Amino acid sequence: MRPSTRLALLLGWLGYTLVPWYLPEGWDLAGYPFGRAGTALALAISGAAPWLWPIGIALLAATVFAARAETAFSGRALIAVGLFGLVTFFAQGFAITLPGQGIPWLAALLGGAGAAQPGMGFGALLTLLSLLLLLCHGLAYRGFCRGDLFTTSTVGFVVLLIGLFIFLPVATILRNALVDANGSWALGEFSDRLLSSTIWGLGCLGGGIACGVAWNTLMLGLLTGTITTLLGLACALLVLRTAMPGKRLMRAMTVLPIITPPFVIGLAIILLFGRSGVVTGFMSEWFGIPRSRWIYGLPGVLLAQVLAFAPIAFLVLIGVVQGIAPSLEEAAQTLGAKHWTTFRAVTWPLLRPGLANAFLLGFVESMADFGNPLVLGGNFEVLSTKIFFAVVGAAHNQGMAAVLAIVLLVFTLGAFWLQQGWLGGKSYTTVFGKGDAGIPAKLPTFATVLSAAVIVPWVLLTAVIYAVILIGGFVKTMGRDHTPTLEHYRTGFAVDFSHGLFFEGAAWPSLFTTLKVAAISAPLTALIGLLTAYLLTRQRFAGRRLLEFTTMLSFAIPGTVLGVAYILAFNVPPVEITGTGLILVLAFVFRNMPVGVRSGIAGLAQIDASLDEASTTLGARSFTTLHRVVLPLLKPALVAALIYSFVRSITSVSAVIFLVSAEYNLATAYIVGRVEAGEFGLAIAYSSVLIVVMAAGIALIQFGVGERKLGRRPVALATSAAEPAR
Amino acid sequence: MPKSAPASVEFNHVSMRYGAVTAVDDVSFTIHAGELLTLLGPSGCGKTTTLRMIAGLEIASEGQILIGGKDVTRLPAADRDVSMVFQSYALFPHMSVLENAAFGPMVKGLGKARAEAMALEKLALVGLKGFEKRYPAELSGGQQQRVAVARALVLEPQVLLFDEPLSNLDAKLRRNVRQEIRELQQSLGLTVAYVTHDQEEALAVSDRIIVMSNAKIAQQGSPRELYEAPANSFVADFIGDANLVEVTIDAVQDGQAQVMLGPIRLRLPARGLTPGPAKAAIRPHGILLGDGLPGTVRKSSYLGDHVEMIVSTPIGELLVITRQTDPLPVAGAPVNLSFAQQGIALVQ
Repeated sequence: MRPSTRLALLLGWLGYTLVPWYLPEGWDLAGYPFGRAGTALALAISGAAPWLWPIGIALLAATVFAARAETAFSGRALIAVGLFGLVTFFAQGFAITLPGQGIPWLAALLGGAGAAQPGMGFGALLTLLSLLLLLCHGLAYRGFCRGDLFTTSTVGFVVLLIGLFIFLPVATILRNALVDANGSWALGEFSDRLLSSTIWGLGCLGGGIACGVAWNTLMLGLLTGTITTLLGLACALLVLRTAMPGKRLMRAMTVLPIITPPFVIGLAIILLFGRSGVVTGFMSEWFGIPRSRWIYGLPGVLLAQVLAFAPIAFLVLIGVVQGIAPSLEEAAQTLGAKHWTTFRAVTWPLLRPGLANAFLLGFVESMADFGNPLVLGGNFEVLSTKIFFAVVGAAHNQGMAAVLAIVLLVFTLGAFWLQQGWLGGKSYTTVFGKGDAGIPAKLPTFATVLSAAVIVPWVLLTAVIYAVILIGGFVKTMGRDHTPTLEHYRTGFAVDFSHGLFFEGAAWPSLFTTLKVAAISAPLTALIGLLTAYLLTRQRFAGRRLLEFTTMLSFAIPGTVLGVAYILAFNVPPVEITGTGLILVLAFVFRNMPVGVRSGIAGLAQIDASLDEASTTLGARSFTTLHRVVLPLLKPALVAALIYSFVRSITSVSAVIFLVSAEYNLATAYIVGRVEAGEFGLAIAYSSVLIVVMAAGIALIQFGVGERKLGRRPVALATSAAEPAR
Repeated sequence: MPKSAPASVEFNHVSMRYGAVTAVDDVSFTIHAGELLTLLGPSGCGKTTTLRMIAGLEIASEGQILIGGKDVTRLPAADRDVSMVFQSYALFPHMSVLENAAFGPMVKGLGKARAEAMALEKLALVGLKGFEKRYPAELSGGQQQRVAVARALVLEPQVLLFDEPLSNLDAKLRRNVRQEIRELQQSLGLTVAYVTHDQEEALAVSDRIIVMSNAKIAQQGSPRELYEAPANSFVADFIGDANLVEVTIDAVQDGQAQVMLGPIRLRLPARGLTPGPAKAAIRPHGILLGDGLPGTVRKSSYLGDHVEMIVSTPIGELLVITRQTDPLPVAGAPVNLSFAQQGIALVQ
């Protein structure tokens, strides 16, 4: 056995014999080593928890092998011991939970019939890690992953994390939808709920009654997808194919949705077009158009989503338009095609896959969006808000929430599947390795005019929206009383210096929690994302394709679904973390992990694998190679991953609105609360503070990570922070 | 750190499979200590995979690999006393020349001062004194290649591996660098495994050559053995040019075979062949203009000191290289060909 295997074993014994096995209540260690704060060994010996014996036996067996010399047999033995330990560990964890729950027959088999146990704690965590490491080291001894301990351990670790925090929650949703409170199958109830007219009703076609939420969501998604794609295309064509002024401004606009919390646009729209909005007031005073609530419902949500997501479509399509080699169009022209013919016969067909991609992105974003429908929806319900109200509303119907979450998940997974499977094979590669000189074809005049006619109002509207966000916090009541005031900022962010430093503003606690959680989860997200990317691109192991598929799949899980899944999965043992700060961190880490993985894969693709191999043949182990060779070269990807996860942790609403508690409230949840209470001034003031904080955070991360040094000239950081956030 | 002496490498029935694809199929060979052995073959023949198995970058699916008599089959790359010079050089772009060369001893934990002293010594050996502070991007291709060699030499490994080290250099530079590699190997007495697809390069640097084809060893031997006594038509064709002509062995006596090549009767070393159909590999240089086999010049290219001709004869079209440029054979002219004994080998 190598020293690191012995260390892993020691960790297991530590967790089994010394550290309290369960999560203590309020750090109360009364009765140690027995009772609630007991260690596994004490509990097993005293007969309080006989089902913990097999885990101890696994550790004992591993210890016997560890004393012996390393042979061909020891790898196989370690694998068997690790597997046995893990299986019994999870078996007892899931079989014996709260009284009356869990898996009765398995509990009886393990000697714990009718018993109950609280959520697992640090002792269990250490033991779990140890068993996992033993299994992975065993695999390494058998020559897996070129016999590298670090690599096999990392694979095991990532698989465990994904299993626990992505698979388990999603599986719990399915279970909640299919099984009733008593734990028996409830297929009848499930199909009733699934086929309910509140989801699929078509009442709106006949006039009168509203349509089902599924149709509302689909319609909104289709409209948002179509409009954002068209706007994005018009914008991309104008920027790349005409001599239009203000191109830099257009590019800068693409960064805005990344640092804007999603519902802020909706908020600004209320302040402009709501019953007492600026524009509404103006219209009623000057033209006598009566004030109305027309903006609440489909028009408002659609407007907000288009404003929020069109920059993303623009970003995708600017890449696609750029990717069309000018020589292709020049070839068409030398063959006698006119401008319009060239556009129709060459440019347009090459654009189509990119358009489909942009459309699906807008579609998925719209369906996953929660903040705007919540703020602007009125009676227009979509799946994400319906899920929210099913969980937190008066009905408190978790089964219904689970069914709705499944419908939403099916929609987004369907769009994702279309994008991956159908488009994956259809995209035309038009960028070749060779440099391609040539001048892009000019846009036909009629297309230019049309694009400009659409884009100019849109850009103006966006500018007005952001002006409202900036100004809104400094006036008494936007739309009614435009007296300048600092009142909203005082309510939220007052600091009392009279007896020492005291953060008296109402918004401080949530802001501090937000920053703390974002600051903790961002590096974790980057770390796990980049590690996973490294495994996916640089290592070969059985199940790599499956791991890749799973991480890609987690792209498609809407935040609302993830949030519901987390409360359903983690408010009961074995993992009982609802209401803690930890669940917020975990939700952010696994919600943002795909971003880390993607920037890691993109970054690693630019680093030749022979650099890793050179380092390995020079005697560096995987960890040293990662630390000395890969990481320094991966700095741009690291920065991108850090910025993304930091910013998305701050702006995210959908996932965390279910997970916040009185003790751990987050900025976005707090703002949504203010909006619901009608305190728009404070909400908008807080939103602008968030935007400033994020800009500062981005600058800090860029500064902290530093630049990648290739040669004496520092290479400018390509942060790629302007990529679409998904 | 004790200086490890150059060690032998032994492959016993080693195979490498990726799913259904077999990249290396039941290969056995030995590289003796202090020898330069070349793995030669067309792309996809398994030579690079074989090299990577010596390095430990691939773990063999089957069989046994010994380095210095010690079984390393399952030993990770980092634990093997083997260094490699990569086709792309794989210089760390974020480190200076000195940092690159000192990387090996640094990660071994020898301390910065010691590591840099070792690196400077080897950099001087490859003639890169004064370039320590530069970054790889600021060096020419040839200099980058030397840094890669120096970096691989710093730990004085038991075995040094080269993976097509010259393929990124221009033709003139290649000739110099391969001589330098050979001189370095001989003066330091290194055990070297060298992969290339260029037969001329292989002949120039090797003590012994292993020709690989379709994941198997086609033949191993000294450059001279391979050229003059190819084991089969693949080797004959791959090492140098050869005209492959179908012949029939009439009889074998005292190791000499009686063969009719058109109207010409030849006695050639039988090399284990028995009477029956066989092939004759005829080197283009081994065909002389004179009496014998009649033929007609189809194409003729004047190349300064020699002439390359395609001559159509009753036994097929033959590539002929001749130094007789006076008079210049022209297309359509009748010629008679005869054969030098050492220019023909019988193969299966």
